[in-house]
Amino acid sequence: MADLTLIPVATTARQGKRGGHRLRRLGSLVAQGVVTLFLVSALVFFATQALPGDVAKMILGKTATPDRLAVLREQLGLNRPLLVQYWDWLSGVLHGDFGESLANHEPVTSLIGERLVNSLSLALAAMLVIIPLSLLVGVAAATHKDSWFDKGFLGVSMVINALPDFIIGTLLIALLATNVSHLLPPVSIIPVGDNPWQHLSAMILPVATLSISGVFYLGRLVRVSFIDVTNSEYIEMARLKGMSQRVITFRHALPNALAAAIPAASLVAAFTIGGVVVVEYVFNYPGIGMLLVESLGNQNLPVIQALVLIVAVSYFFFNRLADALERR
Amino acid sequence: MAYVEVRGLTVAIGDGSLIVDDASLDLEAGQVLGVVGESGSGKSTLALALLAYARQGAHITAGQVVVGGTDMLKLTGRPLRLARGGTVAYVPQDPATALNPKLSIEHQISEVLTEPLKERPAIVQAALESVGLPSTREFSRRHPAALSGGQQQRVALAMAIAPGPGLLVLDEPTTGLDVTTQARVLELVDNLCQQRQMAAIYISHDLAVVADVADRIAVMYGGQFVEVGEAEQVTTAPRHPYTRALIDAVPSVRRRLRLSAIPGRAAELSPKRQGCVFYERCALAQERCQTDAIGLADYPDGGQVRCILSTPPPAAPRVIVDEAEPAADQKEAALLVKNLAAGYGHTQVLHDVSFAVGPGECVALVGESGSGKTTLARCLIGLHERQAGEVLVFGDYLEPLARQRTPEQRRDIQYIFQNPYASLNPRRTVGDSIGVAVKFLGGVSGKAVQAEVNAALERVELPAALAGRYPAELSGGQRQRAAIARALVCHPKVLLCDEVTSALDVSVQASVIELLRGLLEDGLSMLFVTHNLAVVRSIAHRADVLEKGRIVESALVEQLFATPEHPYTQQLLANTLELADPAGGE
Amino acid sequence: MATADLAATGTSPKSPSRFARSDLARVLRSRQVQIGLALTIIMVAFAIVGPYLAPMSPTESVAGLYEAPSAEYPLGTEHLGYDVLSRVLAGGTHLAWMAPLSAVLSVLIGALVGVVAAYYGGAVDMILMRLMDVLLAFPLVVFIILFVSMVGPQPWLLVLLVVIGMVPGVARVLRGAALPLKQREYVLWATAAGIPARRILLREYLPNIWSPLMVELGMRLMWAIGSLASISYLGYGIQYPAFDWGTMIEENRNGLQGQPWAVIAPIIVIVLFTIGSNIMAEGAARVVARTEKDK
Repeated sequence: MADLTLIPVATTARQGKRGGHRLRRLGSLVAQGVVTLFLVSALVFFATQALPGDVAKMILGKTATPDRLAVLREQLGLNRPLLVQYWDWLSGVLHGDFGESLANHEPVTSLIGERLVNSLSLALAAMLVIIPLSLLVGVAAATHKDSWFDKGFLGVSMVINALPDFIIGTLLIALLATNVSHLLPPVSIIPVGDNPWQHLSAMILPVATLSISGVFYLGRLVRVSFIDVTNSEYIEMARLKGMSQRVITFRHALPNALAAAIPAASLVAAFTIGGVVVVEYVFNYPGIGMLLVESLGNQNLPVIQALVLIVAVSYFFFNRLADALERR
Repeated sequence: MAYVEVRGLTVAIGDGSLIVDDASLDLEAGQVLGVVGESGSGKSTLALALLAYARQGAHITAGQVVVGGTDMLKLTGRPLRLARGGTVAYVPQDPATALNPKLSIEHQISEVLTEPLKERPAIVQAALESVGLPSTREFSRRHPAALSGGQQQRVALAMAIAPGPGLLVLDEPTTGLDVTTQARVLELVDNLCQQRQMAAIYISHDLAVVADVADRIAVMYGGQFVEVGEAEQVTTAPRHPYTRALIDAVPSVRRRLRLSAIPGRAAELSPKRQGCVFYERCALAQERCQTDAIGLADYPDGGQVRCILSTPPPAAPRVIVDEAEPAADQKEAALLVKNLAAGYGHTQVLHDVSFAVGPGECVALVGESGSGKTTLARCLIGLHERQAGEVLVFGDYLEPLARQRTPEQRRDIQYIFQNPYASLNPRRTVGDSIGVAVKFLGGVSGKAVQAEVNAALERVELPAALAGRYPAELSGGQRQRAAIARALVCHPKVLLCDEVTSALDVSVQASVIELLRGLLEDGLSMLFVTHNLAVVRSIAHRADVLEKGRIVESALVEQLFATPEHPYTQQLLANTLELADPAGGE
Repeated sequence: MATADLAATGTSPKSPSRFARSDLARVLRSRQVQIGLALTIIMVAFAIVGPYLAPMSPTESVAGLYEAPSAEYPLGTEHLGYDVLSRVLAGGTHLAWMAPLSAVLSVLIGALVGVVAAYYGGAVDMILMRLMDVLLAFPLVVFIILFVSMVGPQPWLLVLLVVIGMVPGVARVLRGAALPLKQREYVLWATAAGIPARRILLREYLPNIWSPLMVELGMRLMWAIGSLASISYLGYGIQYPAFDWGTMIEENRNGLQGQPWAVIAPIIVIVLFTIGSNIMAEGAARVVARTEKDK
């Protein structure tokens, strides 16, 4: 046992090496992320600027005179090579300048600002409901595996997980806002300039829609990871050590199950961002999703580019986060 | 009354089959009982049942486990929880998975204690010290991932002894450790039991390990104790045919022995079992063994045997195989490796490795985990790119990677993998897997393929009907034979065997080794990669010892075992456990 | 399913055919998968046959707006006075081919990408998966409406976009399933034996990834249906005068209070379709979990 004195030294060295390794991996993750986001921005730009053919004609309509088209092209810088246009746009974006709205020449940034707050509030509120609730339901189902509660949860989730968000929203409107009862407004009205949290009743249905699909999705993942942990050897060991069920559930199983469920929560955050677009449309909620659908309708390119980029970057961030957490 | 008294302990699964059948034993404080058995014998289930615990699907249906006057099986609720860990403690097989990765080792040791919180740190410290681990705060706050395998096993031991249990149950605690670490853990267990006057039940598949640590040994087969007795008596003068057969299958580092396998497959679980569980495989079976219920018979020396025979079964003739000294100074080596270097990324695994395998010779490459032996084998077969050096087969230079080699070269050198459970595609039939080798490397097509497959199966002593089976339907030994058959259909010049027996039970290992010996006698050249010195002794002509990627000693086997020169070889030999030399065993 | 049963019963029980013992057959034998598959097939058949069963023209105003159900109009009428029942019967034709087609294509392409990335590793893996990451940065619905609004709503474009949008997810799952196979001894053996990559992928990999493939097929079918319906709901799907269930929900949502059937009826058919595919996917996932345990 002479080697014992060496142990601390050896393991510190190992930990140090692992720390360096982790830093390097983080660096490579970030680098890959930057490259990917660069490609994402290019895709967004070329999809909007190059695909439609003549952007000026698209904006002014088929009846536009050649003079007016020429003026608009000049105005928008459309005569320049596409790559130059992209570079201008991207450098603007990196400085927080998304250009001007084609509709009223308002800076895109200020147009989006308030809508973004509304949407973020929606997503945040939904996550605040989803995470604790799915933990509760998932752990309860896992600890009572094969009970009526567990079976009921699985059965209901099989149906709920199959429902697109807009259908959940529509059904909620029918249930709570129109046909069955009139507890809540079917349309979310948040006056310009107001904080959405001042209009809670307007938020409840959109948040509920996002939460229902989120809880049943994340709850199942929590349940599975908790069951996996429960079947592990260290939980068997804890039983053989005479630990009580309470200690086993909360001290031994939960921290390990959480480690597995956190990436899933990040994934649900990504889904929620995607869901916000549709759900806002269902409830006419004044957020970026609603704005995106409107802007796509009237071909307001700078706004579209900005919104798609914002959605893509945040969606990508949570997806990547889920990945990084899972690999850890 | 003995300190530990187990009576009629029985564990059954849903269909009524008994995994542990009527186990009884007595044990005094400070004594160690070894339980030895092959996979499927029920030894792990027995270990858990001693803590009144059964895995999902199994139930303890009868019996008593009385430790210091209390029957574990009568306890429920809080008293049972206190008794688990407090009275009977468990040391798991694989601490890497049995220690909670999210909790510090201090937490995991102290949570078993019932003393007031204030006193616990001191007890944890004492426990860590007594297993030879540092008792500093820095160390005890670590999580299991920051410890080596040997340290994790010591933590598991500390966790078990901290509350001062009367009985320690150790379930294969050294499987997976290398021989040197194993020797230290065994010594530690021995000391702890002496000092603390603890009774211990040590479970293992390895007779030599059990013989080393235990005062008494119980041999388990098919859920039953077939023989119980003093360690020396059981290992030198066994009374049950199964114990005899098991001992005859064990290789030795002292001399080259022919290993005799136990025919047939391990006893299958069935709710309607009658007669002797070993009947089908027993060379001495009589007609009534098939039907009569056979109980444990007591011997005057305290031993017990579950057999109708009154005389001990005779030892198999373990003739020392002739040392077929390969002709020296062969013109050309079958396999010649010169100055090989390889690694992963920035880690250099192999340094300047050179050795040769003569025609018809078996050379063992001996190394423990981490020595680089698998990397070396994979360099030879062309799965891992070497950084420098040359590989020649009968003078023919081999490119580093398999795809750069000619089909003939790929055929000439064949590889048999360690894990028989993954060496064949689980989704293809055995015949299919071997057939692919025939078609691609044997250069045979059409009807002749089937004939080749059948011939190869016959060569490895497998029935031709197995060709239509899937690997999951085969036993481990059968799968390893099928993998050998797949190599043989290529008509290789050199066979690489990478730890081919380490995942197999000792009786199955014997049959695979004897099969390989047959191939050697047919003139095949072989590189045998292993960590097991006794296996080396029983089959190899020459051995090269690999330590940390360098060959530290290279010698004829006799010479290596008689006068090891390098300290590493000496250490390996000194720590390798052996069964006592049977009286008149030669 | 039919082939599985044939294979299972066609030969003696002692030596079931090779197919009957494959993972694919194991998945198809699962009761849950059969129920899900049956429901899905029924819904596809319903959508294909529906237009011929429609009692009246689905694109002609036959009565007043939002009329309540009656003997003549069992589900009432909708916002332009069209018969709801006829529209529900006729509104699934596009979905019936677009959703299964995009699910099958995305699983095939995604599997190819994922398995190739896993098999070759290194730069191939890196480039393929980073490309997938770029596509993965867009929520499916946002991705589709962006391109549809730029290029114009055409059925082939919708299928293409759904496929492109779903391929990365499939690729990642199958890459994950294929990656451990790479270090399995039988694959190593085949590599050392110099067996060509195409053959290794087909004969060694494919039989081992049938189960995740089936799970993905069910999941992606569910998502394709849901996404295509969502796109129609947002107004970027099939355009007037053509219509589908998604458009019906959007068009009539303002009349929900007075004539809920115009909204609820298309919801019910969409949901039956997605639930069928979800039952299938979950059934397959259960089989996978069971076989994993066996290994």
